[in-house]
Amino acid sequence: MPGHFEPTSGGGAAVALDEVEISIIRSLAVQLLELIGPGPAEDAPDDPLAELFTDGPSEPPKDPVLQRLFPDAYGGPGGEAASPEEAEEQRQYSSEFRRFTENDLRAGKRDNALTVIRSLDRLTTAGDGGAVLELTPEDSRQWLSCLNDLRLAIGSRLDVTDEEDTDILYGLPDEDPRKPMVMAYLWLGGLQETLVQTLMS
Amino acid sequence: MGRVTAPAPLEIEKTESAEEVFAVPEPDVPWVTIVHNDPVNLMSYVTYVFQTYFGYPKDKATKLMLDVHHKGRAVVSSGSREEMERDVQAMHGYGLWATLQQDRK
Repeated sequence: MPGHFEPTSGGGAAVALDEVEISIIRSLAVQLLELIGPGPAEDAPDDPLAELFTDGPSEPPKDPVLQRLFPDAYGGPGGEAASPEEAEEQRQYSSEFRRFTENDLRAGKRDNALTVIRSLDRLTTAGDGGAVLELTPEDSRQWLSCLNDLRLAIGSRLDVTDEEDTDILYGLPDEDPRKPMVMAYLWLGGLQETLVQTLMS
Repeated sequence: MGRVTAPAPLEIEKTESAEEVFAVPEPDVPWVTIVHNDPVNLMSYVTYVFQTYFGYPKDKATKLMLDVHHKGRAVVSSGSREEMERDVQAMHGYGLWATLQQDRK
């Protein structure tokens, strides 16, 4: 079952991973964690409520990956403002939404990435460095979200904005510098696809 | 009728004009959550999210997913602005691209 999750009897999922695969997922999850950044609680470790009472940012993030992970809640295709006043109103609403939700959203995505990293670190590897990763149903849900975030991040770096872009990526020649990233993107897609099937069965 | 406080006619007139003013923002027009197409998100995953978060049956979740895929967007829920902000936040948590707007159509 290389690169494919299979359902386990307890409602969870399992997949055999080799040494390289383990290190790729781990390294991508760490990069995602670093990109999302620490929460407000990290600046005030003695205050358990800092996370709850600190406002989130009011401006959209600059990084395109973060923009994709934390999009504006108002406006968007089909909801374009009809006047400058309406555009300004949408900006204000989006900014307000960000202040009240982005910290929570970031915390949730960090939590999912940490679950991924911890479950990889718990693996007992065999002589060849490979291992079978077994997930509980709850782990599966967090893995699923994190795999999706990783694919969004890579897709955004690879500039995947429509279906045609995906087709182009499939046909990249081996010498293209984007090739390794594309391989990872497609492989993670297979993992996510089979993991979602275990949760829907 | 015994409890009527008998407002003066002048006050009734005031109330009516106040209602006219408040009719402009259309407070009764519901808000909707819209999920936008995204070539990265897997069709199966989007269906899974609609089933899991909204509790929609598989048929409805699949139809909404196909609408997102083919039409570029689909209305996935409607209600008060607060409720829709909650749904949009949940969609962003799952990594789906969602926005809310007042249902003008």
